Amino acid sequence: MNHSSLGSRLPGLARRGFIIGTGATALALAAGCGTGGSAPGAKDDGAAGGTPKRGGRLRAAFAGGGANETLDPHSASLFVDAARAKALFDKLADFGADLSPLPRLAARWEPNAALDSWRITLRKAAFHDGRPVTAEDVLYSYRRIADPKQAFRAQAALEPIDLGASRAVNASTVEFKLKRPYAEFPNTLAAFGAYIVPKDADTFDRPVGSGPFSFVSFKPGSSLLVKRNAAYWDGAPHLDELEFVVASEESARVGALLGGQVEYAHELNPATARAHEGQGKITVVRLRNSAMQGFVMKTDRPPFDDKRVRQAFFLIADRKELVDGSLSGAGEIGNDLFGKGSQYYAAGLPQRTQDLKRARALLREAGAEGLKVTLDTAPVATGFIEAAGIFKEQAAKAGVTVDVKVGNKDTYWKDILTSGTFASYRSGPMPIESHVSQRLLTGSPTNATHWRHKDFDELYQQIQSTRDDKQRAALYDRMQRRLHNEGGFLIWGFADWIVATAPKVRGVAKEAPANTLDWARFDKIWLA
Amino acid sequence: MTLHRTWIGRRLLLGLGQTAAVVLLIFVLTEALPGDAAVALAGDQPDPERIARIREAMQLDRPAIERFLEWVGGMLHGDLGASLVTGRPVTGYLTTGLGPTVLLAAATLVLLVPLSVGLGVLAARREGGPLDRTVSALTLAVHAVPEFALGVLLATLFALRLGWLPPTAVGTGGDLAAHPAVLVLPVAVLLSRPVCSISRLVRAGMIDAMASPYAAQARRYGLSGARVRWAHALPNALAPATQQLARTCDWLLSGVIVVEALFVIPGLGTVLIDAVAARDVPVVQGIAVVFGVVTVVLNLGADLVARRFAPRSQVAA
Repeated sequence: MNHSSLGSRLPGLARRGFIIGTGATALALAAGCGTGGSAPGAKDDGAAGGTPKRGGRLRAAFAGGGANETLDPHSASLFVDAARAKALFDKLADFGADLSPLPRLAARWEPNAALDSWRITLRKAAFHDGRPVTAEDVLYSYRRIADPKQAFRAQAALEPIDLGASRAVNASTVEFKLKRPYAEFPNTLAAFGAYIVPKDADTFDRPVGSGPFSFVSFKPGSSLLVKRNAAYWDGAPHLDELEFVVASEESARVGALLGGQVEYAHELNPATARAHEGQGKITVVRLRNSAMQGFVMKTDRPPFDDKRVRQAFFLIADRKELVDGSLSGAGEIGNDLFGKGSQYYAAGLPQRTQDLKRARALLREAGAEGLKVTLDTAPVATGFIEAAGIFKEQAAKAGVTVDVKVGNKDTYWKDILTSGTFASYRSGPMPIESHVSQRLLTGSPTNATHWRHKDFDELYQQIQSTRDDKQRAALYDRMQRRLHNEGGFLIWGFADWIVATAPKVRGVAKEAPANTLDWARFDKIWLA
Repeated sequence: MTLHRTWIGRRLLLGLGQTAAVVLLIFVLTEALPGDAAVALAGDQPDPERIARIREAMQLDRPAIERFLEWVGGMLHGDLGASLVTGRPVTGYLTTGLGPTVLLAAATLVLLVPLSVGLGVLAARREGGPLDRTVSALTLAVHAVPEFALGVLLATLFALRLGWLPPTAVGTGGDLAAHPAVLVLPVAVLLSRPVCSISRLVRAGMIDAMASPYAAQARRYGLSGARVRWAHALPNALAPATQQLARTCDWLLSGVIVVEALFVIPGLGTVLIDAVAARDVPVVQGIAVVFGVVTVVLNLGADLVARRFAPRSQVAA
């Protein structure tokens, strides 16, 4: 089973808020992710640099999806799925640290003048069984993902492609026909789960991919062992073997790392990281801007259908207090805009700060004095419940009564999509374009703020019909200015994603938000 | 003897009824959970169209009663169905998860009996003395510590501080028998509470039995103190403890879930938790049937044993 955005999946354990806060588990960002390759991202060699050394086995602990795990890369939805898929498979493109697409299996992409047809030239690469990666494999993979009988995660991302009209020009060239102009089409090539599998592959008990590691053995819910692919197109990995082990309880991941049973642990709690940082036993790596944190206001129903109420809520939030209180300070404050640190982010807009007086005035103008709202939340992710409690206190200072309602975590995202008015929200990194197209257009599949404006849809289409980067950036600025002023996303922070390694592990990238190319990139890691 | 037979027959029927009730109850409860497997699988991409497609693929759009009857029918043929999420047979889930869990439970039970009987008898012998009081205080204190906290404490102390034992079962690939050191901490956590409750029961039973007329009679016959204690008093003292032991097995399940998560042991508890979160009804039901049957059989066995130990106490059927 798997899925879900940064969510916690260990129910049953009555957590006693003692020693261990929340054990966020099954995590899968609502976003893209990566596959190995040579990115310009700042490489950091951990404690000491030096020349990469060949050999050894690295064991990496992730929270996992239990016995329901599959190695089908198109079914990927958890972090561990993404990390495993990245070891075994490649995508045509992947995201750099600023969430802009970088070429991977695709060496180049060229659009036509209308931006609705793209020619992809493949690089020379081979699957683990020696077959070359061809245009046929690409088309097969994309058609498999888009199969309406399936429900693969990347389906929404591939929606702009008219796969019926797309074709293989020759063995190394694919021509994608799109349903409409789409200047940022390469984002699709890098989308979470859009992996290239060999033609006709349909079972993945013994997966064959083109990735840096090839399959050795798999026990669902327990371990996957892969070995070095010496013929990898982007340079053979330094490690001989890589083992993914599943440990869904955070304390177990930390224990296994401290006890020398694994060399890499994914996703630690801020408190744990603080306790061990600088102690010399483990190296803590904080991947910044990895998880947007906020609240969604439904803009189509009272009280949030009045933009003054939304603006008041923006001003109620004391962002620093939210970051400190619910993320133990492991993060940065947000400015009600998605994608801090990524391409096209409107960094020039003034940072919002708490202004209770102005908030009260706005509420008065809107006739919403003595306002009562229900805030839906659930223990789907670290800090959700805490953030809701903190915001409740902040709102009280502006005369707003917030009633926190804790819902079911397994169905949370569906529940808040259509019902309620105000809810906790978080998202993994993805290009701003993906955030807009999946959540802010009239026809978006997961439009939790119910933001439906014809002129806004047209602005998005205008951006996607604009060839020039600079002009696109200007249009994005305009778009974000509007969202910043009256949108339905109250984005108060961006959480660090915390991974930790044994001191002898080198080559772990620091500038790599979760789901980007250099995140969980084990082909570039070595053991000193 | 016929009376004994009818009693056993009655107990067996009751057990079957209990198992059937468990099966039905589990189905109703999983149906009553908010959301279904399609919603759980869609996760943070709850596009209504996508959920509808998943639902169709999983055949969740059929009425619940139809699915339930089909499942019961399959079970009568020994077929527990297949996981909604992966399509893999439920029996496969059970066999992979069963090994580690049974090993944990067996190791716990094997140590539990001598430990708690020994402690109980020891405390009863020195009734009111310093040893008795120490044992009493300790068992009360340990019993009050939640397993989760105890597990973290033990792992921190013995694995990370002292380095005597492995902190988790990572890297054993589920083959725990080959790495006995891995079992020490989990079993210690599992033992912690039942040892306390059962030894207290044994102690109370022993004190009662030693003060009983038949023990006094045996002493008057000139039997040695040890003989009276072990051959006459203990069996009577054990009857309530045996039944408590069977209850412990039910409790072991929840303990196992905590311990498996803490020490990364891929057993049934872990499978169950994941299946519930995924709303993977066939897997949840398969496990529930196994646990239900085991619990019923154990309680039945315990009642039989208790009846043997103390026929006069008339264990009700």
